[in-house]
Amino acid sequence: MKSPVLAEGAAERTEGMLSGYRILDLTNERGPICAKILGDLGADVIKVEKPGGDPARTIGPFYHDVPHPEKSLFWLAYNTSKRGITLDIETLDGRAIFRRLVEKSDIVVESFDPGYMDKLGLGYGALSCVNPRIILTSITGFGQTGPYHDFKAPDWVVWALSGVLFILGDPDRPPLAPGFPLSYLFGGMQAAVGTMIALYHKEVTGHGQSVDVSAQMAASIMSQPEVQGVWDIEKRITHRLGRTRERPGTMVRTPLLWQCKDGDVSFIIMLGASTTRSNALLAEWIEADGVRSETFRKIDWQTLGWDEMTQDLAGEVIGVISRFFMRHTKAELFQGCIERGISLCPLLTPKDLLEFEQLVARSYWVVLQHPEPGMTITYPGGFLKSTGTVCEVRRPPLIGEHNEEIYAGELGLSVKELSALRQSKII
Amino acid sequence: MEKRPFEGINVLDFTWAGVGPMAVNYLANYGATVVKIENFSRPDMTRTNPPYKDGIPGLNRSIYFAWINPAKKLDITLNLNHPRGVEVARRLTRWADIVVENFTPGTLEKWGLGYDDLKRIKEDVIMLRSCGYGQTGPISGQPSLGFHLTSISGMNSFTGWPDRPPTELPGAFTDPIVALFAATCLVAALAYRRRTGKGQCMDLSQVEASVHFLAPLILDYSANKRNPERAGNRAPFAAPHGVYRCQGDDRWCAITVTTDEEWKSLCRVARKPEWTDSPMFSTFLKRKENEDELDRLIEGWTQERTAEEAMRSLQAAGVPAGVVSNAQDLDEDPQLNHYEFNRELDHPEMGKCRFYHGPAFTLSEAAYELSPPPLLGESTEYVCTQLLGMPDEEFVQLMQEGAFD
Repeated sequence: MKSPVLAEGAAERTEGMLSGYRILDLTNERGPICAKILGDLGADVIKVEKPGGDPARTIGPFYHDVPHPEKSLFWLAYNTSKRGITLDIETLDGRAIFRRLVEKSDIVVESFDPGYMDKLGLGYGALSCVNPRIILTSITGFGQTGPYHDFKAPDWVVWALSGVLFILGDPDRPPLAPGFPLSYLFGGMQAAVGTMIALYHKEVTGHGQSVDVSAQMAASIMSQPEVQGVWDIEKRITHRLGRTRERPGTMVRTPLLWQCKDGDVSFIIMLGASTTRSNALLAEWIEADGVRSETFRKIDWQTLGWDEMTQDLAGEVIGVISRFFMRHTKAELFQGCIERGISLCPLLTPKDLLEFEQLVARSYWVVLQHPEPGMTITYPGGFLKSTGTVCEVRRPPLIGEHNEEIYAGELGLSVKELSALRQSKII
Repeated sequence: MEKRPFEGINVLDFTWAGVGPMAVNYLANYGATVVKIENFSRPDMTRTNPPYKDGIPGLNRSIYFAWINPAKKLDITLNLNHPRGVEVARRLTRWADIVVENFTPGTLEKWGLGYDDLKRIKEDVIMLRSCGYGQTGPISGQPSLGFHLTSISGMNSFTGWPDRPPTELPGAFTDPIVALFAATCLVAALAYRRRTGKGQCMDLSQVEASVHFLAPLILDYSANKRNPERAGNRAPFAAPHGVYRCQGDDRWCAITVTTDEEWKSLCRVARKPEWTDSPMFSTFLKRKENEDELDRLIEGWTQERTAEEAMRSLQAAGVPAGVVSNAQDLDEDPQLNHYEFNRELDHPEMGKCRFYHGPAFTLSEAAYELSPPPLLGESTEYVCTQLLGMPDEEFVQLMQEGAFD
């Protein structure tokens, strides 16, 4: 199978920033975004899967709801821009082949439980003997060492221990899941940064190093100054606020998400010099729309400060704005606010995003053809646009798609050897 | 002593708010020299965000700003509406390897500091421009806040209880995410320049980066014409799965069981062998079918113990469980403390605080060194006279002319 379809617009600039660097990607469902991002930037990423395929290929949703290892949309999304080989690194032959690959590689990314790679004789110490310039990036729930390092670490557990679960959801209900597993996405992106720094450092020092990534720490960063900062200085625990925000100091609550005619919008009531004009324009628009309130009309946006904004007054203002928003669609409100310089965004769904003019105009979406006839899917395209280099998304590999290319083409294994390896399920 | 990763790299930092400063931290704290441009009449916006230390407002007292900027950044105030201020910025460009900004598109151009202008000063300059929507397109000129970007990039579409409208992901959720994309790009650009001698101008749209997080949901719509459904705390692949109330106020333990083996272990820990083979719970499908009753029983067990006890006893038996940590739990978390994730820094105005943190990774050969957040304009003279080598008289003259107002 030859190179997959290139994204549109990749014509003039030929290479990505990371062209020429080779990455061996051993990740499963934990952290594949790391090597994907680096692959989108031009690195030669080789996904190393167990024979039969990475177990993460069993994670849904699936293309047309057919649970098939080549149709996992979860897997496809995070494994773009990679070639694919199969290899059982638990066998001695498999490990020997892996070491040969490490000789010619710059980076290895893995997300096995702590100690697994060491146990196989493929830990950082061993790999750096094979190649002193190798960088080993390890992504785990809690890190390689420490009291929780051998905890069972599925996303749900890591998310709980990151502190973000506690502050998510409504005050009158239990803490709420984000609806999508995020812990290892944060871990994977932190891994990308750490890997890049190690890579650059290697150019300076001449040798590699290990990168120990904790998804708990990565997700914990999301808990923001309002949680950690407030605890440190006031010893107060921040609680769930649902769709609202609390003004520090006065503790007045106002919504962040508001329902409108066909969905939701994001808008914060703000006071002060920088929003006087936009608040006045919003008030004008509301008035012209026929939503009346004596209290609201009397407000002087130039002088109203947070000290006078009691929860009662806020309630009145919230009521008026809510009634107004319910009369309009996301699109109407977004357009009207853009015209008036009011800061508001619609809450977009995946469907909305695919139609979002700003993304379409920038040719962000990429349609990738998969080998199966008719299997054509739209992917988010390159996350970066650059004057000098390319960032593009390439079709994810089929299981073992590049075995020939790598094993025969690069390592020089013979047809006979390949056949033997296949038959004994080493590849 | 070995060179630190970014020793000798110079960064001209026009960024403010969240994304830019957080990305620059990775360079600063691994050895780069960073000059941060601010302005007295328009300081970094997070300096005016509460909460403030001791509740006393002040441009150097915002916890928000401090938390975002625990890095050595030489802070200088420049009046970019003044030609002499722009001149200083141009001299700094000559000094810089990297220029980073996250203004609304057109802002730097207005000051004669767009990419083309900078390239004339320094051919191989690396520029990163990270704004909400990108440098081009119908709404590129629109200002954007992280809180709102979370909604417009689809990140708020999948969280919520089935019987209620969507709930937000907390805070400026996309800011730390995009900061990681930005940092990756900055270091990649440095590596690229080292290899080829070439700079570039990078346009990183915060929405375009964030959407990659929910890529499977995009593919699901593309392939199956399906938007995500809000499912509360249920998971299709696990039972029991959820948060279970424990002793105390608002204390919970998160538990997730995906295999029969884990189920057996949980029953053993709870001393309920009868659950193991119960016709209602013996297999995954049965547990799913009777999930409400299952959750009730599990909670009956967790309510008799603290969240920590529940977690420890379950984890010891190989069952995935975790305390739903609040701020105090995080502060005392033995695993986070093992990695010294929270660090204490002493600050001239705020005193000692411990909410600062490093990255989520540890490099074996390079240390991440935090520094107290910069005071507004504290390094203006140093940058001009020491870094740029300006004679004192010239510095004084510029000051009098209003270049640093």
